[in-house]
Amino acid sequence: MSASLRKERRSALVWSYAFLVVFAVIFLTPPLYMFITSLKTSAEISAATLPWWVFHPTLDNYSALLTSEAYLTFFRNSAVVSLAVVAITMAISIPAAFSLSRMRFWGSGALATGVFLTYLIPETLLFIPLFKIFAFVQDWTGIELMNHWWVLIVIFPTLTVPFCTWIMIGYFASIPKELDEAALIDGAGYFQVLTRIFLPVALPGVIAATIFAFTVSWADFLYPMAFATSIDQMVLPAGIVSTLIKGDVFNWGQIMTAALLGAAPPLIIYAFLMDYYIAGLTAGATKG
Amino acid sequence: MAQVTLRNLVKDYDQTPAVRGIDLDIADKEFVVLVGPSGCGKTTTLRMIAGLEDITDGEILIGGDVVNDVPPKDRDIAMVFQNYALYPHMTVHENMSFGLRLKKLPKDEIARRVTAVAGILGIGELLDRKPKQLSGGQRQRVAMGRAIVRNPKVFLFDEPLSNLDAKLRVHMRTEIKKVHQKVRTTTVYVTHDQVEAMTLADRVVVMNAGRIEQAGAPNDLYHRPATLFVAGFIGSPAMNITGCALEETAGALRVRLNGEVSFPVPAERTARYRAYAGQRRLLFGLRPEHLTEMRPHSVANQCPFEVTPEVTEPLGMETLVFFNVNGTEMCARTNPAANAQPGVRTRLLADLNQMHLIDEASGRVL
Repeated sequence: MSASLRKERRSALVWSYAFLVVFAVIFLTPPLYMFITSLKTSAEISAATLPWWVFHPTLDNYSALLTSEAYLTFFRNSAVVSLAVVAITMAISIPAAFSLSRMRFWGSGALATGVFLTYLIPETLLFIPLFKIFAFVQDWTGIELMNHWWVLIVIFPTLTVPFCTWIMIGYFASIPKELDEAALIDGAGYFQVLTRIFLPVALPGVIAATIFAFTVSWADFLYPMAFATSIDQMVLPAGIVSTLIKGDVFNWGQIMTAALLGAAPPLIIYAFLMDYYIAGLTAGATKG
Repeated sequence: MAQVTLRNLVKDYDQTPAVRGIDLDIADKEFVVLVGPSGCGKTTTLRMIAGLEDITDGEILIGGDVVNDVPPKDRDIAMVFQNYALYPHMTVHENMSFGLRLKKLPKDEIARRVTAVAGILGIGELLDRKPKQLSGGQRQRVAMGRAIVRNPKVFLFDEPLSNLDAKLRVHMRTEIKKVHQKVRTTTVYVTHDQVEAMTLADRVVVMNAGRIEQAGAPNDLYHRPATLFVAGFIGSPAMNITGCALEETAGALRVRLNGEVSFPVPAERTARYRAYAGQRRLLFGLRPEHLTEMRPHSVANQCPFEVTPEVTEPLGMETLVFFNVNGTEMCARTNPAANAQPGVRTRLLADLNQMHLIDEASGRVL
């Protein structure tokens, strides 16, 4: 390597590290602040002490939350909703992505574009029409959809299915066509091509989609806030804000603790599947 | 028994014809090679036999049954793809046994077959590896193994050697021929490489623009091409083809290439060619090996003429001499000892027993 190249590489590295440090600080400061605050008593939080240090550490916030029936209900509702949404999303997205990327049928191109466009419509535009639809369903069938935690299982897939389908279309499209043809000749049907060739080969993409679906349904705020209003029907994000802020009293210690505990499951999943997640996203990026 | 029959096979892609009516009977155990330039419809034909493309018109029969609407998995065929199409997440053993496992064959039967075929192909050591860990030649063998192990009625090869480097390609060509001699299954093989076609085939089918130009044994195509296209396509270096006029003087015929060069037509061909004498557009064809240095013993109908070589290419066992006639570059294969030099006027010998006369308008060899 010539001297000038080495010098260039050096300066590139310096800049890379500078920016990485800046972004790491920006992104890691809030969780760190949450963690510090979660270890403080309300008195210490409201006292004008150094916010970045805990002088009288306590686990009271944690024990209060973990014994609070409301919080445990939020947690259970969130878990059931998220797992169910992931299952439903995968059950719809995988076959949809497979057929849209492989079987050419009348309107398949328009459908694939349509799936993508659906993803571009923000939920803030959708929740009022959804109210209308719920009322309509109740008028016709007598099924009450409002104020039930399980209605989120029906609503969240409208956010997750388009994106997951789209990311997997890109991933499936990167699988050489000869691979399915070889399997078809070897005696596989379309379903076997999907389960025995596509899913294993496109596993990183499937995992990326799974993580996305889980994160969206775990962390979404607007729909739970709008559609599940009684305490026992709430999921984590809405529940924390609704129960730990009473009037103008903010129970900061518990809010931070609850948020931190709520962020743990996605964090753990990311940590284990990070490599797969990145591989999946980049493949979607270059091929999609 | 598995003969393959194509009857007036047609394929259109959105009104664009790819295959325009192919009739071909492939006998049981025969090794047939479809060869032609890219876009001639050879791969489309193969994919229609495999069932991977719909047929626009015509019929395909495998083992006597019409299979037009039979899905690939029920046609009892196996295919080797250009990029091998090995399943990347499976080991070699799993790749080879995939079809057998789908058929739910007993485990010991599967193991027995895979081991036997791996033995034939010399890949017994590789059974636990993933495709990523294999070289190009090994992948090629595994792809063939996956086809052979199923013991299908017909093998289909789609340019299986074109991803290999030149040396390995020649080696694998021989391997494929050996395997066919051992396994003796009806084979349809597609390539754009006429050398591959000649060396492998029992019968070569030359295709051009969606039609069969000529089908026949390799040597028949080489020595008795039916059309201008086949004459130019088969053989390397290619046949010398240049415009000529046919002159009749006192019952004898001469082909005249230009004012300087003309050759007498062999007496036994006079009757065959007489009707074309005086016609304007004819082509004269002669393979490079029938243009040689002067030889001491004269043979009937070998005729000397003089040229000025433009380029000479020594290959060791022969020297290619390139010269220009009527603006067409022509090639002669000469003995290196003759020591032809560029720019130095040289006498060459044309063996007119091997000449071809081609009607330029119809492209037919007369």
